[in-house]
Amino acid sequence: MSNRSIHIVQSTAVPVDIENVDTDQIIPARFLKATSREGFGDNLFRDWRYNADGTPKTTFVLNDPAFKGSILVAGKNFGCGSSREHAAWAIKDAGFDVVISSFFADIFKNNALNNFLLPVTVSEDFLKETFAAIKNDPSTLITVNLAEQTIILGSTGKKETFDINDYKKTCLLNGYDDIDFLLSIRNEIESFEHQHA
Amino acid sequence: MAKTLFEKIWDQHVVKTIEGGPSVLYIDKHFIHEVTSPQAFKGLQKRGLDVFRPRQIVATADHNVPTTDQHLPIKDELSRLQVQQLIANCSRHGVELYGLGHPYQGIVHVIGPELGITQPGMTIVCGDSHTSTHGAFGAIAFGIGTSEVEMVMATQCLLQSRPKLMRINVEGALGKGVVSKDIILYIIAKISASGATGYFVEFAGSAIRDLSMEARMTICNMSIEMGARGGMIAPDQTTFDYLKDRQFAPTGAEWDKKLSEWQQLSTDPDARFDKEIHIDAAAIEPMITYGTNPGMGISVSGHIPTEADPKSLNYMGLQAGAAIKGKKVDYVFIGSCTNSRIEDLRLVAEFVKGRRKSTNIEAWIVPGSKQVEKQAIEEGLDKIFEEAGFRLRQPGCSACLAMNEDKIPAGKYCISTSNRNFEGRQGPAARTLLASPLTAAVAAITGEVADVRDYL
Ligand code: SF4
Repeated sequence: MSNRSIHIVQSTAVPVDIENVDTDQIIPARFLKATSREGFGDNLFRDWRYNADGTPKTTFVLNDPAFKGSILVAGKNFGCGSSREHAAWAIKDAGFDVVISSFFADIFKNNALNNFLLPVTVSEDFLKETFAAIKNDPSTLITVNLAEQTIILGSTGKKETFDINDYKKTCLLNGYDDIDFLLSIRNEIESFEHQHA
Repeated sequence: MAKTLFEKIWDQHVVKTIEGGPSVLYIDKHFIHEVTSPQAFKGLQKRGLDVFRPRQIVATADHNVPTTDQHLPIKDELSRLQVQQLIANCSRHGVELYGLGHPYQGIVHVIGPELGITQPGMTIVCGDSHTSTHGAFGAIAFGIGTSEVEMVMATQCLLQSRPKLMRINVEGALGKGVVSKDIILYIIAKISASGATGYFVEFAGSAIRDLSMEARMTICNMSIEMGARGGMIAPDQTTFDYLKDRQFAPTGAEWDKKLSEWQQLSTDPDARFDKEIHIDAAAIEPMITYGTNPGMGISVSGHIPTEADPKSLNYMGLQAGAAIKGKKVDYVFIGSCTNSRIEDLRLVAEFVKGRRKSTNIEAWIVPGSKQVEKQAIEEGLDKIFEEAGFRLRQPGCSACLAMNEDKIPAGKYCISTSNRNFEGRQGPAARTLLASPLTAAVAAITGEVADVRDYL
């Protein structure tokens, strides 16, 4: 399953400069009726992106052809609210591999990691600078290096390190997930059950 | 060593801890529903796995279901497919399902407690963030994503890092017209919608101990709305009395054994929290939200803050600095896993008895479960509602997230006893004001935001 592993992501970015983006905005509940994981990208930020009649809202950044790339940059407290993993699926399905913010809601962060979507938490200052750099020049490249846990802003060369726990990092680098790990220790789980029965 | 309630339960469930990583946490009970389980079942199939411990899973259909004519096939095709898939998945894997038509069907966080499935000292998960509700029994209960649902199905375990611990102490007596929903809306307004991110919260203090089990569930339910991983309350006599004789509660000698274990489940006096907050219960007034996150709450007699986020106010069509009292509303929704239990319905019935709803109001009362519905009818609450111009519907999540046809039309105002007021939560461009069942009831009668204390 190593095709889903993440090492270095270098790309231009799409700035969603809004704080407290909740998962109801990322993917509204009425689009949660599908029973597979694919296809949610079309409805990413649905109500911000489209008018009720389905025409695109030109003022929303995802509809601005100037901004593209596999990195999404968002304001503080991204992914709060509902635990729907569909939010992470929608972002991944829309072509993003990395989300940058100064703060992520807990469940969203886990969901993202479980779907090989890397949440990168940066300082408030770095986030501000990132927004400014992209808006000033949409061709600004951002480089995220998972092994080194660094993020570099192309235009200014500004660099920051980010946190990720060692276990998750190994998973992402190698393209394996929690289920693979848990299955490998199923006999330990069974003996735990025996002791606690 | 002195331990908190959380630590006692956590330590009992750690199978092992990975160096520099998370712990493998054993899960006692797993609730599932139609919206966040299909992809997990599919994932299992793809890996060629069966459900590891099917008897530790309980399923229901709630998010998507209609709240009228539940005996007929579901009209919306996608919803019907999702519910059908749940039925097929459960029967294939031997999972107990309380689906439509079953006497135990209802909102997942209502049925677990009322059936006595939820018990102190357990680890409980569900693919739904309001799983925190079950923490009211002194359990570690939290919402998970679909990949994690698959993990628990495959191994009955999750990989979790231990959260930081916070205690919120609410001391003193509540004022007239103030109920548990007001306590939690007050706390969230005080510490913000992200004020407890990274923490697991224990609610303590005399005001919490004085609450009924159902009122405690309302508080733990909304702990996620301040960003917390979950909330919990130490079990006590109120908890044990509530559980005794429920369908799936232990009986006989097993009850006695469990009871002595449960009585150990409280935070030791010297145990330490990463953060403590103190709240004076007497300072809490009936609360209401004016914005688009649950932290944007004020007293019903208060004014919208002048520094309130303009984007939110624009969406809500409200003015900074204006009073909220007197604001006309269109819909009243009494329901959701926050406030759809029998005590909530009784509270509303008692208030609207002999009164009549305002003509501009459409009022929906959606019981949390078949059992709540049955009891409401047995107690004659349905008659009281009918005479007041309300409609008692059938159980489900309904207008809490508007996945079924119960949607608030664009631009309309709804006083809702649910837990989220996000943009579009109750339907595209719908405007939600979160409040207690009492504040919702008085609004239904007056047709506007009112202070229930003026009517008691
Ligand atoms: S009632 Fe609302 S919050 Fe509760 S489980 Fe259903 S959708 Fe979620």
